[in-house]
Amino acid sequence: MTTYDQARWTDSAEEYEPLLSEKSTKTVEISASDREATADADGRDGVLPDDLTRDSIELPDVSEPEIARHYTRLSQMNYGVTSGPFPLGSCTMKYNPPMTEDLAAMPTAAVHPDRAERYVQGTLEILHGLQDYLGRIGGMDAVSLQPPAGAAGEFAGILVAKAFHEANGNERSEVVIPDSAHGTNFASAAMAGYDVVELPSDDGGRVDIDALEAAVGDDTAALMLTNPNTLGLFERDIEAIADLVHDAGGLLYYDGANLNALLGRARPGDMGFDVMHYNVHKTFATPHGGGGPGAGPIGVAERLEPYLPAPRVREREAGTASERTSGERSEPRGKVGTFELFDPEHSLGKVHGFQGNWPVLLKAYAYIARLGDEGLADASAKAVLNANYLASQLSYDVPFGPFHHEFVASAGDQDAADVAKRMLDYGVHPPTTKWPEIVPEALMTEPTEIESKHTLDQLAAAFDAVAAEDDDALVSAPTRTAAGRIDQVSAAREPRLSWHKLDE
Amino acid sequence: MSEGSPYAPHTPETTAEMLEAVGVETEADLFDIPEAVRFDDEFGIEARSERETRRHVERILERNDDVTEFLGRGHYDHYVPSVVDDLAGRSEFLTSYTQYQPEVAQGFLQALFEFQSMLVELTGLGVANCSTYDAATALGEAATLSQRVRSVSGDRVLIPDLLREGKREVLENYAAGSDIAVDTYPMDDGNVDVDGLVDALDDDVAMVYAENPTVRGTIEERLTEIGDLADDHGALFCLGSDPVALALLEEPAAVGADVVVGDASTLGTGMAYGMGLGLFVTHEDYLRQVPGRLVGASEDASGRRAYTLTLQTREQHIRRERATSNICTNQAWVALRTAIHAAWLGPDGLVDLAETCVTRARDLGARLDEIEGVTAPVHDRHHFREFVARTDQPAEAVRADLVREGYAVHAVGEHLIQVCATETTEHSTDGFIEAFEEVAR
Repeated sequence: MTTYDQARWTDSAEEYEPLLSEKSTKTVEISASDREATADADGRDGVLPDDLTRDSIELPDVSEPEIARHYTRLSQMNYGVTSGPFPLGSCTMKYNPPMTEDLAAMPTAAVHPDRAERYVQGTLEILHGLQDYLGRIGGMDAVSLQPPAGAAGEFAGILVAKAFHEANGNERSEVVIPDSAHGTNFASAAMAGYDVVELPSDDGGRVDIDALEAAVGDDTAALMLTNPNTLGLFERDIEAIADLVHDAGGLLYYDGANLNALLGRARPGDMGFDVMHYNVHKTFATPHGGGGPGAGPIGVAERLEPYLPAPRVREREAGTASERTSGERSEPRGKVGTFELFDPEHSLGKVHGFQGNWPVLLKAYAYIARLGDEGLADASAKAVLNANYLASQLSYDVPFGPFHHEFVASAGDQDAADVAKRMLDYGVHPPTTKWPEIVPEALMTEPTEIESKHTLDQLAAAFDAVAAEDDDALVSAPTRTAAGRIDQVSAAREPRLSWHKLDE
Repeated sequence: MSEGSPYAPHTPETTAEMLEAVGVETEADLFDIPEAVRFDDEFGIEARSERETRRHVERILERNDDVTEFLGRGHYDHYVPSVVDDLAGRSEFLTSYTQYQPEVAQGFLQALFEFQSMLVELTGLGVANCSTYDAATALGEAATLSQRVRSVSGDRVLIPDLLREGKREVLENYAAGSDIAVDTYPMDDGNVDVDGLVDALDDDVAMVYAENPTVRGTIEERLTEIGDLADDHGALFCLGSDPVALALLEEPAAVGADVVVGDASTLGTGMAYGMGLGLFVTHEDYLRQVPGRLVGASEDASGRRAYTLTLQTREQHIRRERATSNICTNQAWVALRTAIHAAWLGPDGLVDLAETCVTRARDLGARLDEIEGVTAPVHDRHHFREFVARTDQPAEAVRADLVREGYAVHAVGEHLIQVCATETTEHSTDGFIEAFEEVAR
């Protein structure tokens, strides 16, 4: 049985690794008059009048070697994909190839967004290439790379739908979303100004067609759908669903969170989806970075292209000589590049201050260029194989199938949150828990393609070990992690969100 | 070349064993996809070895010219010490995700708690979240927050009529789901025209937004008056800034700011074609209306201090369409980089860096002003990092000529050039002045 003891730096009975502020802090006086008094000590002259500056600032004051140790220790008290299996459902925690990190760190990639186009042809070529790759992979006619995360992509995609309806003189007020959808779907639709209509699942865990028929109508702006859905099930009736929504004048939105199930096997565009977002930090292996940055490009069918965020990248037509830079006018002289920025005709404007998370997009481009057709299709095949193999080895019940890249097991009489805590002691990151709610005590599990049969067997052993344990073992877990079970209630009841609050 | 994904460890033998365990013959049997929507074609994307991939991408990136950028306007270059790449690049940080299991993610949580704490110190406000996407989306979030805060009524948001291109568009898109109307107030010689702001203000204003430094690099001189004006009309005062500027300029809390937004990636990241790190800091009164993730201190079973994501009932995965924001994935790793860079600088280093942002802009302005055909700075203000210069020649021609000499600047008006100077351009200043002399004639 594999176990795992996470590194733990314990400073005292009260704390583990101390905060930077507990190592050493210093207060620096800033006003010019104070500075004159101490000019000999720090050699500083006030560079601004006192009334334009703050009085002082107090921050940690630690040496570089101390900083190196501090953050190294913190990293050792943190679990990532390189630490062990990380089957967090819906998050597609793949291995992140260091090769892509090296490319994103190239000095040639470190450019300012306001450079004239002629001088950032490399960046524009990568972005153009990624627009093209994503269009082919999703079966979409046009792509915007601007949204900086999946939820930002949903928001942008729904704004595209809204702009399309408005341009057609078609005021619609509702977005229909299945009850099993990601929480971001509901929030993104609401941010775009829509009322959310929640759609119940049928007994098989898929869209209830009768309920959908009843829900869609003249007010329907869009149906947001994840396919395969959060249970890992393919919405087999997707053609009928698309017809229902389209016949009502609505658009079909594809949540790309689960695209890793389908690479090379099916494309949202071919299923009738009009708008989709891609989670490049899921499907295309860019690192999750402890919460981000990600990127959430959106793809659309041709009739929606004019509404996409601005600018996009295209190849320049031969003979056109004008050049623009962000916010500036055309370049009167000099040679022009192959790639240029342009604003879609009826663009909804911008959803990010610049053009999104460029380093992340660059990593995604490199990953796709590395894998190619065969690698991408194989990634999905192995992701689906791994989920099915793992499920076949578990004692927990998996009520819905046939599933694809992820499945939702039920912890039965056990509390899924406690199960997760206990799994930590066996050297694996637990699944997403207690969601989707259609499965009691849900354990939403997505091993991805990067696990071998051997590590999947370890994972299954961890599941099964926990499944066989009693409540006492579960509620006292975890014991081998850097911190023991953390009190969530007091964290929320008496919020202490900065080191300034710790003494109160 | 490749038979499959280089990152899937399966051998034909283990694949066969796994298929057998599942009870199917082939991988294709596992896919429950109706034939009508199956994809039987190819993407036409060629697989490459790792070495070929690197060469392919490196060769494309070489088409980015070697230009010295005197560029700013919302995206700034400061020297990033090696220790940032080294520590932030540790895979335990890089390959982890949102801390849904805090017991096994104490390291990142503590780093984010420290990041939040630094922002609390820099702003004087009580609550910092652990990131939004960038300065523009943070401003959008601030506007929607103004609609949720009970002490504020009204649906107009006032912004300066000089603003980074695109920022207003982002704000207006974030306002799409509410009744917010975005209006501008005038600027006077680079700074807020306070009389013009008075004229624009009314009791239907929910939020007044100002920046310090401004998009043209000027330092505001009447922030307290602006804060008081907003307060008198029952509006929130939202201030845009960044951690380097905050280390030196007036403390937001001291001038009455209710929300601070901006780009925190001025530390830790350098040039990234506009990738940012939205900072979002506000009063404790508005704690339950804050968008995004919050890290709090608690205790673990041993009684020791431990960290966890908290107050998650504000967030989309629980509150869904009634959440304070749709944000899920954020910019946490960029925040980690910012925190490491700030720690490396320490308070002395940070204040020193901020002061050089004032003095470099001042010195470069003075040198440009000596050039025939150039007046700099145009605005009779103190500046931070950047300033606007007037050229006798059309600005667009000056910009185009300069970039051919290897120096990038902004053209912001018919005869207005904007120039940004940090330590990363220091070694290029003499060459830049020489080139400017040539093109300004």
